[in-house]
Order: sequence, then C-alpha cells, then structure tokens
Amino acid sequence: MSDNATAMKKHLLSINDLTREDALLILDTADELARVSDAPIKKLPTLRGRTVVNLFYEDSTRTRISFEAAAKRLSADVINFSAKGSSVSKGESLKDTALTLQSMGADAVILRHGASGAAHRLAQWTNGVVINAGDGTHEHPTQALLDAFTIRKHLKRSSGNATGVGEDLSGLRISIVGDILHSRVARSNVLLLHLLGAKITLVAPPTLLPVGVEEWPVEICYDFNEAIEDCDAVMMLRLQLERMKSAFFPSAREYSRLFGLDRERLLHARKKPLILHPGPINRGLEISAESADAVESVILEQVANGVSVRMAVLYLLLGGAHE
Amino acid sequence: MKAVLSSADITRALTRISHEIIEKNRGTAELVLLGIPTRGTHLAERIASEIGRIDAGEIPVGTLDITLHRDDLRSRPPRPLTPTRIPAGGIDGKRVVLVDDVLYSGRTIRAALDALGELGRPALVQLAVLIDRGHRELPIRADYVGKNLPTAHEEVVRVAIKEIDGEDSVSIANAHE
Repeated sequence: MSDNATAMKKHLLSINDLTREDALLILDTADELARVSDAPIKKLPTLRGRTVVNLFYEDSTRTRISFEAAAKRLSADVINFSAKGSSVSKGESLKDTALTLQSMGADAVILRHGASGAAHRLAQWTNGVVINAGDGTHEHPTQALLDAFTIRKHLKRSSGNATGVGEDLSGLRISIVGDILHSRVARSNVLLLHLLGAKITLVAPPTLLPVGVEEWPVEICYDFNEAIEDCDAVMMLRLQLERMKSAFFPSAREYSRLFGLDRERLLHARKKPLILHPGPINRGLEISAESADAVESVILEQVANGVSVRMAVLYLLLGGAHE
Repeated sequence: MKAVLSSADITRALTRISHEIIEKNRGTAELVLLGIPTRGTHLAERIASEIGRIDAGEIPVGTLDITLHRDDLRSRPPRPLTPTRIPAGGIDGKRVVLVDDVLYSGRTIRAALDALGELGRPALVQLAVLIDRGHRELPIRADYVGKNLPTAHEEVVRVAIKEIDGEDSVSIANAHE
C-alpha cells in the first residue's frame, strides 16, 4: 500500500499555488484519466456524494461545459449557476452568493468572474475548495494546464512514452501571440510554461503588452515572422474586444496583417509549429480559417484535453481528505 | 521482523499458481492476467511468463489501477494514480485472473471488481494472491494462494520483490518495527 500522498494546496487560484511537482502530478493524473474518456463507460465513482458548483459571472461555453463534464465523469453532483437570471441581477454580492452556496453544501466552487482577484476573495469566505476558472485579466490556471498537457503530449512523446508522461517542457520554444494585456490565459501560461522549463516569447504590439512585462520570465518580440522562425508551438490569443475600451491598434486589418496567423506566416517557420488557441476563435482576425483547421492545429484537441485536466484537478483537490 | 518466504519459496509458489491456473481453466484459451499495482503488476508478469513457458504461448498481461474505486479515499489525502493498461484484446468474454501480493480485508479486490466492470464484461474473474493473511471484511476469497499466513491485525506483512525492492522475500513485522 503506497502512502505517497500528495501535498497540493487546498485551492487552485493561480499557477503560483503550484510547485513544479504539483504541476507534473496534475498532468500525469490527467494522462491516466484521459483513458476513462476512451473506456466504454465514461464514469468513475470517485467523487460520489460531492457537490461542485459552477459559479459563472461571465459568459463561457467550453470552460463551464468542460468542468461540468469533468465533474460528472467523476460522479460529482453539479449545480450550474450563471449570473444571468439569478439574484445577482437583484444586486446580491459575490460574498452572499458564496455563503448561500456553502449553506447548500457545496464542496467546491468553480468561479468565473470579471474582476481580477475574485477567486482569492471567495477562498477567504467559504470553507470549500475554490477553483479559479478565469478572474478578469488575472489568471485562468486550468486553461494553462490543458495547454501544457496538449503541448507535452505532442512534443515530448517518444517511442517508449506515447504521451510524454513524467516529462516537463524543457527545451521547447513557445510563442504566445496577440492580446497579452487582457489575457488571463497568457498570464497563467507564462507562469506554468516557465515553471515547466519552456522558453517563452511574447509577440504583440506594444499597446497590447501589460505594464511590468519586462519583469516576466519571457522574451518580447514585435515581429511575428521573426518569432515564428524557430518555435515549437504558437499559442494564438483571442482579441478581447469586449474588454477594449479604447483603440489599441489602428485597424483590425492591420492587426491581422502583423499579428494574425495565416498560411504565409507559417512559411517562415522552420519546424512546423503546433498551433494552439484557447477559443473562442475570431476567424480571420487573429487566426485565418485555414490555419485554425490545419493539421498542425490542436485547437479541438485542447477542448478534449480540457476535460481530462479538469478531472485531474477535481480529483486531486476533492478526492481525498484535506486536513 | 520474521522471514516467512525466501526467494526460492516465492518462485515455487508462483510456479505452482501458474500450473493451477492452467489446470483450473483447462488450458490458456481466453486467459488474461491483470496485476494490481504496484507489486501485483510484477507478479502478474512473472506468472504470465511462467504460464507461457509451460504452455508455449503468450498470455496477455496488463495492470489495473483501483485508486479511483477505493472506499477509503476520503480518509486520506488524495493519492497519485498508477497506470491501467489493458491488453489489446480487451477483457470482454475473457477469463480474467486478478493478481495481487497480499489479500487482507478484501476491499482492494472489491475495488478491482468495480474497476473491471467499467472496462468490459469478462466471462469470469478469478483471483491469485501470493499471501492470504486472513481478516476478511467482505465475502471475497482467492482461487490461487501462494501461502496462507495467519496474522494478527497489528502485524504488517512485507512483500519485497526483485523488480521494485531488489530482492524477493516475505516477512512479518509488528506495526511499529
């Protein structure tokens, strides 16, 4: 009987909550759980009797459905809460909503909120586990985990290791391209990919880079053609037009020409880079339809991997006793 | 700590179990061996190669992780998963022999039966263990036993195998030894 129990933190609010070992444990657990999705019966009894609440203050398709599918495959009960049509429109605060959910016996709350730091605040108010599913422009840790999982599966596999299990991302060059300023996906990815040993290049117009980016463990490049030359994976970010209150670039067409991914841009790449996008895609803006559907594109696989990675997070945070 | 089985004893026990498996199943048709990690996996591989040697054939062998089906998950911090590898032919309609090192409460085997149910529907399931130490808490018994070892609850049975521990041996110790 093995007693090598895990020692992760109680919540997953930021990639900073994870050590390198925690991150690898999540990816390796996800790798094992991915097999459940191939089994005839896609259901495990592991979280039977636990209640997971999806508390979504912002619109989301794949993250909410992905968490819901993950929780259900582990037999947890799932309550979906979206701010629209709830008492939030009557002015109920996040704290009161959280306390209400806690009284209903929620063991975990998965929070998507427009305010950066919302998940941290929530973690101080409730007894349950809090998982950050995106807070403002701060972080989206499970997206970064599924991106790292997808990259590892493709670029770290070998003959004896079909899915790159146990490997980190050392030696890989990864470009993150586009709206870094508004992107919680970029923030979480920079932290995680760096933790796992990858070399990161941010590619964006200066207006879409956050203040203080020079402190990040990344290189910055304003020329996409140059950045794509030598990289193993390109992560395209969605232009978050809904968060843009002023003009960050002269025109969509110019942005697309300089920072969009299309077939001509790919000709500058020496290795065929893996193409990732967290979705939803603005086709023709940050990525051409052709590139989004290219063989190098793993955008749909990212969605499938998202379920496995979120199952792993739910299992590791809820599957045992926490003192 | 008291030694119970030597390396030679273990080899003899596994050889006998291999013969018994062939005898009871009247051959090796449709046979699949699944070890329960971690030591059961290696024991299953050894039994499979021994059966293959006796009967001249390759016996499909795999490994079955039961962690997600345990009934005591909530009493401890979450545990890391171990691999599940089912042989290419699957387990539908097969004669599956589960292999573990020690049979004790029977709860591991209950979890293994649940895990199997999610992977397919075997024709039958049998159980082979190196040590049966008694104290069952569920109506479960082994079909093949290397050695029946009467123990007290507070004693600990330590199984060491070459693949993991560098040597083959079985011993009994007191819990705090």
